[in-house]
Amino acid sequence: MTDSQNAHAPENRGFRHLLPDADARKKQRRRRMINDKLSAFGISMAGMGVVGALALIFVYLFSEVTPLLRSVSVTPQLGYALPAAGPETETLHVTLDRYQEIGTQVTRDGRIIFFEADSGEVRSEFSVPLPEGTEVTSFGYGEKRDGVLAFGLSNGQLMVAKIEYELTYPQDFRVTVPKVTYPLGEAPVDVDEQGQALTQIAIQESSRGTVAVARTADQRLLVNAYRTQRNIFSGDVRVSATRTEMPTYPHAVTRILVDNSQRNVFIADPAGYVAYYNISDVNNPSMVERRRVIDSGKQLTSMAFMVGTVSLVIGGEDGSLAQWQLVRDDQNRYSLARMRSFIPHDAPVTFIDTEYTRKGFLSGAADGSLGIHFGTSSRTLLQERVIDAPIGRIAISPINGRMLVVDQFDGVHPHLVDNPHPQISFRALWQKVWYEGRGAPDYVWQASSATDEFEPKMSLVPLTVGTLKAAFFAMLIAMPVAVMGAIYSAYFMTPRMRGVVKPSIEIMEALPTVILGFLAGLWLAPFVEDNLPVVFTMLFGLPLGMLLAGYIWYRLPQEYKNYVPAGWEAAVLIPVVLGIGWLCVASSPYIQLYFFDGSMRQWFTDQGINYDQRNALVVGIAMGFAVIPTIFSIAEDAVFNVPKHLTQGSLALGATSWQTVMGVVLPTASPGIFSAVMIGFGRAVGETMIVVMATGNSPVVNFNIFEGMRTLSANVAVELPETAVGSTHFRVLFLAALVLLVMTFVVNTIAEIVRQRLRARYSNL
Amino acid sequence: MSKKQGWFKSGTPWIWLNGGAVALSIVMVAGLLGLIAVRGLAHFWPAPIVQFDYTQRDGTQEVVMGEVVRSQTLAGTIVIDSGRPDLAQPDDLVTRFLIKRGNRDVTSRDFMWYLQPAMGEMSRPADAVVIERREWGNFYGLPRAVLEGDVIVAEGDAVMVELRNRMARALSIRDEINKIERSDIGDINYRMEQIRLGSRRIALNDRLSEEEKAARVAELESGRQALDDEYAVIQQRLDQLNVEASRDTLLALTADGREMRISLRDIVRVTQPNQLSLFGKMANYVDRFWEFMSGNPREANTEGGIFPAIFGTVTMVFIMSLVVTPFGVLAAIYLREYARQGPLLRAIRISVYNLAGVPSIVYGVFGLGFFVYTIGGSIDQLFYPESLPAPTFGTPGLMWASLTLALLTLPVVIVSTEEGLSRIPSTIRQGSLALGATKAETLWRVVVPLATPAMMTGMILAIARAAGEVAPLMLVGVVKLAPTLPVDSYFPFIHLDRKIMHLGFHIYDVGFQSPNAEAARPLVYATALVLVGIIVVLNLTAISIRNRLREKYRAESD
Repeated sequence: MTDSQNAHAPENRGFRHLLPDADARKKQRRRRMINDKLSAFGISMAGMGVVGALALIFVYLFSEVTPLLRSVSVTPQLGYALPAAGPETETLHVTLDRYQEIGTQVTRDGRIIFFEADSGEVRSEFSVPLPEGTEVTSFGYGEKRDGVLAFGLSNGQLMVAKIEYELTYPQDFRVTVPKVTYPLGEAPVDVDEQGQALTQIAIQESSRGTVAVARTADQRLLVNAYRTQRNIFSGDVRVSATRTEMPTYPHAVTRILVDNSQRNVFIADPAGYVAYYNISDVNNPSMVERRRVIDSGKQLTSMAFMVGTVSLVIGGEDGSLAQWQLVRDDQNRYSLARMRSFIPHDAPVTFIDTEYTRKGFLSGAADGSLGIHFGTSSRTLLQERVIDAPIGRIAISPINGRMLVVDQFDGVHPHLVDNPHPQISFRALWQKVWYEGRGAPDYVWQASSATDEFEPKMSLVPLTVGTLKAAFFAMLIAMPVAVMGAIYSAYFMTPRMRGVVKPSIEIMEALPTVILGFLAGLWLAPFVEDNLPVVFTMLFGLPLGMLLAGYIWYRLPQEYKNYVPAGWEAAVLIPVVLGIGWLCVASSPYIQLYFFDGSMRQWFTDQGINYDQRNALVVGIAMGFAVIPTIFSIAEDAVFNVPKHLTQGSLALGATSWQTVMGVVLPTASPGIFSAVMIGFGRAVGETMIVVMATGNSPVVNFNIFEGMRTLSANVAVELPETAVGSTHFRVLFLAALVLLVMTFVVNTIAEIVRQRLRARYSNL
Repeated sequence: MSKKQGWFKSGTPWIWLNGGAVALSIVMVAGLLGLIAVRGLAHFWPAPIVQFDYTQRDGTQEVVMGEVVRSQTLAGTIVIDSGRPDLAQPDDLVTRFLIKRGNRDVTSRDFMWYLQPAMGEMSRPADAVVIERREWGNFYGLPRAVLEGDVIVAEGDAVMVELRNRMARALSIRDEINKIERSDIGDINYRMEQIRLGSRRIALNDRLSEEEKAARVAELESGRQALDDEYAVIQQRLDQLNVEASRDTLLALTADGREMRISLRDIVRVTQPNQLSLFGKMANYVDRFWEFMSGNPREANTEGGIFPAIFGTVTMVFIMSLVVTPFGVLAAIYLREYARQGPLLRAIRISVYNLAGVPSIVYGVFGLGFFVYTIGGSIDQLFYPESLPAPTFGTPGLMWASLTLALLTLPVVIVSTEEGLSRIPSTIRQGSLALGATKAETLWRVVVPLATPAMMTGMILAIARAAGEVAPLMLVGVVKLAPTLPVDSYFPFIHLDRKIMHLGFHIYDVGFQSPNAEAARPLVYATALVLVGIIVVLNLTAISIRNRLREKYRAESD
């Protein structure tokens, strides 16, 4: 482009210069300057962009993890009164639906009123068909997600109702229609044939049917299990009941709870006790224990099941809150044990509402303070006074985004709740946690399952231990081989052989780890399992054989030695290694036969040592293989670059070559070797495919070389594709990735700095 | 004695031990490559079919026919414990053979272990055939007759000749069916989908009135009718071909005398390995190897070829190198030539170098979260609202896999380019500047051309690393079986949103997720061999370029 313009310029003037005229020159100079500036700008932008993109990795991972640390907040909204408020109606129950639009109020006169959660306006109202002349004397509800309500009547009968929401999508908009159904039919069912009023009632619906536990006015405790059969043609429901009577409980009772499995019944005694009944044997229900759960002198004021009905949350007059569950002892007997306590309220606890799908709960107290707690992480996430009156009830929505706080005068105070990740705390990730259904606190990683009542167990300890275990065994194998090989190759080997050996070991570094992993899992693991003695015979046989070969070589007459000059020992040793390897493999069946009754693996199992086919030994060998070239290459450079005048000086003073290595080369090169080992370690920590393929991926916490492990990286690779975006599990996996990133970054930076220092030192020597 | 002590004192034993470490490393590398090569290459060699009698525990005799896969030595106690005390004493060592006896449709287990003491003489029946089928794996047996419908057209010695003739016909029909299914029906499906998306797009368009919408949708719907008609015609032709393909049947006997009818349409290849000459075997070998390299996978990836995986790997790596090379080079030029040198730059440089050592899975996590969910999700909202809720770019795919790998290999390119730039003698640069060239001119006309080989090295190393990386790809776009290649004849020809197959992931998937691990194993070795081959060649190229480069500069700086 510049050429053509230069050509035009002189023609205008009518004569030719060798140089373009001043004008064109000026133009061209400007153009060149602009080009220069543009190029500088473009390159700087691209360069900074790339650096920025790499920095973005940190920033982004961090931004995905930070929501885990966000604190919980509640935002009050405009309040109103319950639809049926006033002194003549007593509210028994309040709930909120999953779209957080519809509240439900259940009253003692048998009405179920659905109202707008924003305004309290009535949407629809249902009346439970109570028999003439009876009234509701007790009320209970099952797992909240089932929506089952039980009304105990004054004539010893029971009415079971169920809240359901029907969803329709006319014109692509969701419309929720609440309704009430009667799972046991619209007629009441008998509980007490003597017709005594039911003073307490507990209900639970599960796949085994419906069970109700009632206490009558004369203090009898009755268990009724109902099975329903629906006639598919007429739609009629036939209910069959099994009745049992439990031993009576001769104290006051404020609440009865029965669990999902229909085996355990818990009775809350206001004096501060919980009585535990085992009803699994229908013919012989018994009281197992009566246990004090509140400090003496104080009353038990509230008790509720966590979702899944495995553990109980108990609140007291002293404001205390604790989670309890049944624990089995050595003699297979169950008893209640306190799993953990939460930050107490300053006033008596008045109400406990548990979450629908998580192991969390909300507590209200007489001073109007609200607490949001979470079981697994033992956290009290929030405690603040939300209203001025004592809290009567709390209704959290199934998606935990909104709640209705109801005061004692039936005033509703809706609040928005922001509480997405209560499961995570430092303690839940890194310390022993007492999970539901387990006898003692433990480190467990088991993050997902099919059901809601499952408690996700997200301890990073098993994964971190697994990562370190894998890296440790890999380093155990790689370090001696790589470092010794590096010393030999850099210091003793002839340049010609080095020219072949170094690149071929470096090519090994480029080998995809998926290939190493597949060989480890499909070839090495079964081979090691069948020929376990080989590992041990090689461990001792190889060094001994090499030494022996060296000694024989030394004693060989000179004329043979001349064939192979110094610096070719490694070449001589290749057949030795092959020979010993063959010997070890060939002798393995005989060793197993004569010393281990045919199978060494079986022998280990008999000794009580677990043996997995894909274990840390296999991973160590495979990953050691992957790490050897990394360490070798860097360590070799460090040794090779030790200034020659140092070694020559040492040799001139009469030291042997080995003395020179120990006395001069190693001390000088040790920082470089250290940095090589660090980088190798970093690589072993982050390696994914080998571990995925060559271990059983079971998250165990031990250092048994014959068992597998699950590492942070493998765990991310296996679980991340299947988690819901934005869920706690998702973010914890991001946290695992961040931990890996930071860990390797720190290790590598240290190694790099050490290496640069060393380089500077060499240039000074 | 003193000689020995002297030997120890001099430290020579330690030198030998160090040398042993090198020897061990070399043996391990060579052994590994050799193992993959032998196992991978041997799979395609037609193995002889053996036949022997086997005595079961209850004394019944069974005739077994198949290929010997491998053997193993067991202690007598294990044999006794496994329920065969009649075959071994506790002190014995017993050999057992793994036989691939095929015929999965009748025997249900196509791989079985047989203990040598219970085996009769191994023979190699000359007329035994192995038939590779499209379903149920290999068939081993003896051919008896060729049937057309229910009529026998060839028997005895004529069977094989007739079979080969008719196989040729069946295969050509099969090819035609494939062509129709893939291109013609694929084309109709593609256009149908376009119509569906088009009408959805119209429905989502707020600027159109209801009447306009109805009119346009009607227009599209008429196109759909035409396609339906077209489809009916093709389907008819397909039915006809299917009937034709099922005309011939092979009647064969299994080793234990059961009669089997195998439709010729289900047969891929018929071989009589025990009769093949060396050249015949070589031809067979080449044929099978070619099928492996160019064919599609069959039977849950345990048979057939790996062409889609090779293609996916190459496409992905190609797109990655298009991204990573310019950016990596520019970043290196910036760091070396433009950025202000100082402690901050040193820190940045160390960080960039260190990113090469960050676990690849971390890049995968970043790619999934940032590229797929954040950027891909936004792209879908903006440009592909008609396909929602089915994601277009908001799901793992070729583009995200390439970008993730580009990010992963950026440090490699930067490091290599910077090294190349730093090797260029400053005299050359100063010479250019002294002649009046601007900095940009010096850079683009003098420095960069000289550093090109270094950039090439960086790019090749990046490609080698990317080709072998699997862990991040499991998150951002690789699947076990991709029905369509990412490149085809429909606009825009390269479909960056499609999922791809990948050699490395194929190894993982076939080796570890396969329902029939034993049958899949040789293919895994062969796939590994292909992958190793690609990577070793790339690395050797990079090394040789680097060496040539060094020589060149040594000459120039003198």
